[in-house]
Parts: sequence; C-alpha cells; structure tokens
Amino acid sequence: MGQTSSAIELRNVTKTFGSVVANKNICLDIRYGEVLALLGENGSGKTTLMNMLSGIYYPDGGQIYYRGEPVDIRSPKDAHALRIGMIHQHFKLVDLFTAAENIRLGMPGSAGKNVAAQIKEICDRYGFEIDPDQKVYNMNVSQKQTLEIVKVLCHGADVLILDEPTAVLTLQETQKLFRVIKAMKEDGKAIVIITHKLNEVLEVSDRVSILRRGEYIGTVETKDATELSLTEMMVGQKVDLNIDRPLVEKKKPLLEIRDLTIRDDEGNVAIDGVNFYIRGGEMLGVAGIAGCGQKELCEAIAGLRPIESGMMVHGDEDISRMSPKEISARGISMSFIPEDRLGMGLAPSLSITDNVLLKSYKESERHSPFVDRKRGREEANVIIDELGVITPSTETPVRRLSGGNVQKVLLGREIKTNPNVIVTAYPVRGLDINSSYLIYKILNEQKMSGVGILFIGEDLDVMMALCDKIMVLFHGKVMGIVNAATATKEQLGLMMTGSLDLTQIKDTESKKTGIAQDSNIKEETV
Amino acid sequence: MSFFQTLPALIQVAIAFGTVIMLGCCGEILTEKSGNLNLGIPGVMYLGGIASLTGVFFYERSTENPNGFVCILIATVCAFLAAALGGLIFSFLTTTLRANHNVTGLTLTIFGAGVANFFGGSLNKLAGGVGQISVATTSAAFRTVLFPFAGDLGVVGQLLFSHGFMVYAAILIAVAMQIFLSRSHRGLHLRAVGENPATADAAGINVSIYKYLSTCIGCGIAGLGGMYYVMDYTKGTWAHDGTIETLGWLAVALVIFTTWKPKNAIWGSYLFGMLYWMYLYIPGLSRNTQPLFKMLPYVVTIAVLIVISIHKKRENQPPASLGLPYFREER
Repeated sequence: MGQTSSAIELRNVTKTFGSVVANKNICLDIRYGEVLALLGENGSGKTTLMNMLSGIYYPDGGQIYYRGEPVDIRSPKDAHALRIGMIHQHFKLVDLFTAAENIRLGMPGSAGKNVAAQIKEICDRYGFEIDPDQKVYNMNVSQKQTLEIVKVLCHGADVLILDEPTAVLTLQETQKLFRVIKAMKEDGKAIVIITHKLNEVLEVSDRVSILRRGEYIGTVETKDATELSLTEMMVGQKVDLNIDRPLVEKKKPLLEIRDLTIRDDEGNVAIDGVNFYIRGGEMLGVAGIAGCGQKELCEAIAGLRPIESGMMVHGDEDISRMSPKEISARGISMSFIPEDRLGMGLAPSLSITDNVLLKSYKESERHSPFVDRKRGREEANVIIDELGVITPSTETPVRRLSGGNVQKVLLGREIKTNPNVIVTAYPVRGLDINSSYLIYKILNEQKMSGVGILFIGEDLDVMMALCDKIMVLFHGKVMGIVNAATATKEQLGLMMTGSLDLTQIKDTESKKTGIAQDSNIKEETV
Repeated sequence: MSFFQTLPALIQVAIAFGTVIMLGCCGEILTEKSGNLNLGIPGVMYLGGIASLTGVFFYERSTENPNGFVCILIATVCAFLAAALGGLIFSFLTTTLRANHNVTGLTLTIFGAGVANFFGGSLNKLAGGVGQISVATTSAAFRTVLFPFAGDLGVVGQLLFSHGFMVYAAILIAVAMQIFLSRSHRGLHLRAVGENPATADAAGINVSIYKYLSTCIGCGIAGLGGMYYVMDYTKGTWAHDGTIETLGWLAVALVIFTTWKPKNAIWGSYLFGMLYWMYLYIPGLSRNTQPLFKMLPYVVTIAVLIVISIHKKRENQPPASLGLPYFREER
C-alpha cells in the first residue's frame, strides 16, 4: 500500500432522520498514511457521517468506495471486514468486563485465545499501557480511550476514526494521544479525527474537511490553514475570535462562602475551608485540574450536597441548610454540564417544552392545577429564537438535539427564571466555536444586568479573557484569587498544581483572601 | 412430631418444587443475560406443562404398549417447543417490534395460563372427567429412580438419590449454563449484549440473534420445569390450582436471589422449595397464619435485593440494559 493511496472515498453520501437532513451530498477522501481532520459545528453531521462508515447508520443515498471499489456497509460487521475501526465519543465498552474481555468481543473464537499476546504486541509497538485484567468500571476516561484504540488495533483496523477524542482528556493526555496518532500515521494507517478544537486540528492533521449544517464545504491542506480561515469556513461568515469582558460597576456581594468544608461521596474532604464571594455584575472563574472539588462545590451551592461546616450567605440569609427548592427560590441558579451533558439538569426523553416547564411549574401551580403547555411552548420558542437552537420543533425530545443545542436549552431555561446568581460548570464543554461564543455572550449579558456568575471552566485562555477574577482550587483548597486581567498562564498553572499558594503569602499580612470588606455577614454571626 | 423428624419429608418436597423453580430460574437467567426481561416465565412453564401432557396423552391413547423412553422424548420435545414458541412471541414483540418488556411478559403469563387451562380442561373432558387423565407409562418413566443403589443408603439415599432423572438433569443444565456464561466465547458475547447492546453491535455481534436464541432456549428450559411439575409432582394429571404460576414467580424471584448466576440457582431453588413448604412443618400454625410463612421466599428475595443494593458490587447487579429495547439508529 502506497504512502498516500486512497483508503475510503465518499461520494454524494446523504442521510436523513425523519425530516432532518443530517448529511447532504458529502464527498470525502480518506488516505493511508495521513490524518484527516473533520471539522464542523455541533450538529453539522460529523458523527453521523462517520457512523455510516462504521456501519451504525446506513446512507440513504450516495456511494462509498473502499480502495477504489464500491462497497456496501450494512452493519458494524461489514465495517470490521473492511478494517474500519471507530473510537466513539461515548465509549463502546462493557463496564463489567475486563480490558481483555472487551477486546475479545466480536473476535472469532480462535483469534480470541491469544488475545493477551496481541495486546502486548500492540502496546509495545505504540507505547500504550493497559492492564488486560483491569475492569473497565475501574478505569478513568484516558485509560478507557486507550483501551478503545488498542481494541480496534487488535481487531486489525487500518482505518481509524476518532470521534472527539480529546474532549475529555487533560492537556498531557492529549499530547500523549497525538504522539500515538502520529506513530500510527507513520505506520501507514489512515486516521480521521473529529474535533472542535482548532489548535488541535492545526497540530495533528494533514488535511481538514469542513462540514456546515450537514453540507460539505471543502477540504484544505492544514499547512495552508489558520484558525481564522478554518473558523470562517466552518461558520460561513467572518468571525471575531476575541472574547469581551464588559466592565460593570461592582455591587455588594451577592453570595459569600465562608470556611466551607464539604465531603465527597466517598467521605473524603472535597472542599476544604474555602472562602470567596461573588458580587453582582462580576464573573468569578474557578480553575483547577479535574476533580479537585468543583462538582462538590456546585452541588453544595445548589443545596444538593450537605455541607460539613461553614456558611453560604446570600443577601443576609445563611442558605447552607436550605433545600434546593428554597435556594432556587432565592434566585440562585445552577447549570452543571457533566461529561455526558444530559446527566444533570435536563430530562433527555422529554421535549424542550416539557423541560422548560420543569423549572417554571411552581409559578403556574398557583393559578391552576393543570400544566400550562401553551405558555411553556411560547417560552421554549423564545429560547429557541434567542439562542438559535437548531431543532425540528419545540416538541423534539432533548436527547435528539446535538450537544451544543442541549446546552443552549439548559442555559436558556436557567436564565428565564431571572436568577441573581448563576453557577455554571463547563458550559462550553464539547461545544464548537460559534456555540461557545454565543454562550459567553449570554453570560456577559447576564453579568451586565447585575447577575453574579460563578464560572467553573477548563480552558485557561478563555477564563483569563472572560472572567473578572479567577480562583484556583487545588485538592479542595483555595490557592488564591487573582485578577484575571493581570494574571499569567504560568502563575495559574503553578497554582493549579499546588506549587504556588498565594494565601500563605497573604496570611502574613493577616488578611484572609476571599473575604469582602463590605461583607453582608455580620461579625456576631461569624 | 418434632421439626427434625419431619425434616426428611420437607427436603423431599423442597427438592421436587426446587427442581421446577431451578429450571424456570435457569431459563430466565439465560434470557435476562441477553437484556430481555421476560416476565412471561410462569406462562411458558404452563405452556411446557400442557404441551407435554397433551403429547403423551395422545401417544399413550394411540398405542397398546407405550414405550417409556418414547414417552419421555415426546414430553420433552413438546414441552421445549411449546415453551420456546412462547419465547419466540416474546422476542418478536420486544426485539423486532421493540414493545415494552414488562407488558409483553405479563401478557405472556396470562396467555400461557389461559391456553394451558383451556387445553387441560379439554383433556380432562376427553379422558372422561377431572382427574381421569392417565399417562401412567410416562409418569412412571419420569419417576423411575435413576440410581438403583438409593435404597441401600438409608435416609441419605432416600433424600439424594431416590428422585427421577429430571432432578439431576436440572442440576446439569444449571452447571452447563454457568460454564457457558462464564467461560465460553458465546457466553461472553451474550453477556455483552445484555450489558451494552450498542457495544456488542459495534463489535460485530448480531444482537437480535443472540436475543432471540437466548430467549427461546431460555423459555424452552423453563418449559421443562412445567413438564417436570406435571409429570412428576402431579403424576400426569392436570389441576387448575395455579401452582405452576406460583412456582414461575418464585423462579423469577430466584433470578434476583442468585444475582444472575446459575450456580447459585442450584442451592437457592432448594432453599426456596423449603421456605415454600415450611408452613406445613411449623407446629401450631392456623389457616390465618400460614400465608405469613408462604411469603418467606419473597421476603428472602427482598432481603437479598437490599443487601446487593447496599454493597453496590458491580458483579451482582442485573445486566445493565435489562428490559431496554435496542435500536441501532437510536440517537
């Protein structure tokens, strides 16, 4: 096989779901010894297209060619036979099985016998580390992804499709993955990577194919592309990649957290003596490596998790012992986007209207015992129009929407309740550029109307551009709260890994960080 | 009479009922491992019971000297096929048409009981009245003591070795199923289908075929439980007392009790049989208090459910996609 000989060609491939055209006349060229990036906004049909190569969906029109021959991929089994392997965004692994058992799945009995030897060979070749006897439910996301890659390689794939592989990885894990991708490319394998992250596209791919709303826009050589040119192809118009940080006159603290300590599900201290406050018209970013107490902090503020000690003061009330209902009645809204996006906040099988009604039912309950679906539908329509949600109708189940649209619905609904404090965690997780900027814009509008925002984020560049202050957490402790406009990435990085602790420096001046001078908490209550 | 004097008799009936429950339970474990939650087990046990009885009834009527082996063969094939047909109905509705498992299963139970009692009544009429059905050769063949040395071993021999062949066949089926599920490739594939059908599908495993086959074979095995009850316990007659249904529900409860492991069904079914009959051997019970003891197997099942829920050990949980229809293009 030649270095860049054609592996798979798609010609005018079309797929529709009901009345929604997910892919329309797509043409694509996948070659051996090359990394092709598939770029497009949420809902532009990237995953659908690749699912047709892996046999999950069957195209309604068009033709797929494998090494120049027309082929018909009717099932995953056919895809196997053509040595096409897909690493899905939601891993296709059986949690209850060990790594080796997962790899043995779908292998003929004879090949499955020496699977341990095969695993070892592939791990040695590309530098993977997996324990064949480890159960999947004991693995972290990075290990699961490694297992997925080893699995398709063991199955003999030489066309690998990776669907948003970096969405759940840390920076170091991403770098490791890219080294593997490059090694596989050197080996002559054809690789397709689906991603939203432009810097990754530029780093790892050779060519980029761009989709927009299910249509094929074009393919460019990566070396001729820039972030801006790719974004414009993806979005279809000129875009501004700068994030605004409107300055708003600071009001009195809206939410104050004093000496808060929370335990996680296993009973370990997740948040340890944390102090901070949010003023009206201010956005406080929370940075920290994954799992250093962000989730527990959100849950505690929303009243979903009991606190060990400390206070949470809203106005002049301590809300730390209140129920979620009482807390949300005081205008504190929480939108937490978990890794699977749908887990918290929305009911996947219910329509957009019903999900909107889930939050506003209390108000209408006072007027009538029956659900006012007409008003719910109107509200849903307002959210759809204002935030540009792409959906067939207000009655579409939320799980049928793509990730970005799900997040818009969630945030839109929260804003509809007129909150004065918004707690939002990873609101742009897995979102494309356009949707992300729209979310930033929504948050900024809220900030300008005097709402206090706690923004738990992942991307330091974004937080430094968007937030007013950044609080860094390290193993549940506050490492310091810095001005986002003057902070440097290096400083934040040191704080995130615990090497720099500003609170220790401040303590010598006997002033505790995170406590406002014009606090609402009266001295005698402290 | 003290409890210990009556213990051998209790064990005897516990083994008889336990065998019915064990077969039903093993069939249901095989079915549930594919993700199909078949609550039609009592119904397919009914189907198995009546089909075997009908088959041998006509065979014994048609011939002068019925052969015991042929009787067993006819009964087994009839029972297995009729019950597997029930499984086929269930599979078609839930796997192909993606109907709700609970509703389909409960309907199948009602259907099976109705069909069986209708034909049972007809057989009684043909035979000349209730209790007049005579399949003496078959019943005798089923109840022939398999181990001739049983009589020489006293109480032990009587308890362990004086049963018909189905008691031992049931244990063999449970052992074979345990090995199949935990050691074989196809067992691994089946478990993958029940845990995560999308993953199994992506791995090139034909999800529908696994669901169909495991459900039909599972139902067939459960049907053998109904056959054993009719041929051995009631000696080849038909009664409208609903005992098969009770045993069927006990089998479904036992699946949970065993945490989906056939090896646990072997002792668990005898335990359920004992708990079921306990009320006869507890002195001083009145008609009013008997039902309290009859519910013991269910109480034990709830206790097991509570324990495994507290422990949260992943290996003891039901198959992850149990009761959920699978559609490849679902988004």
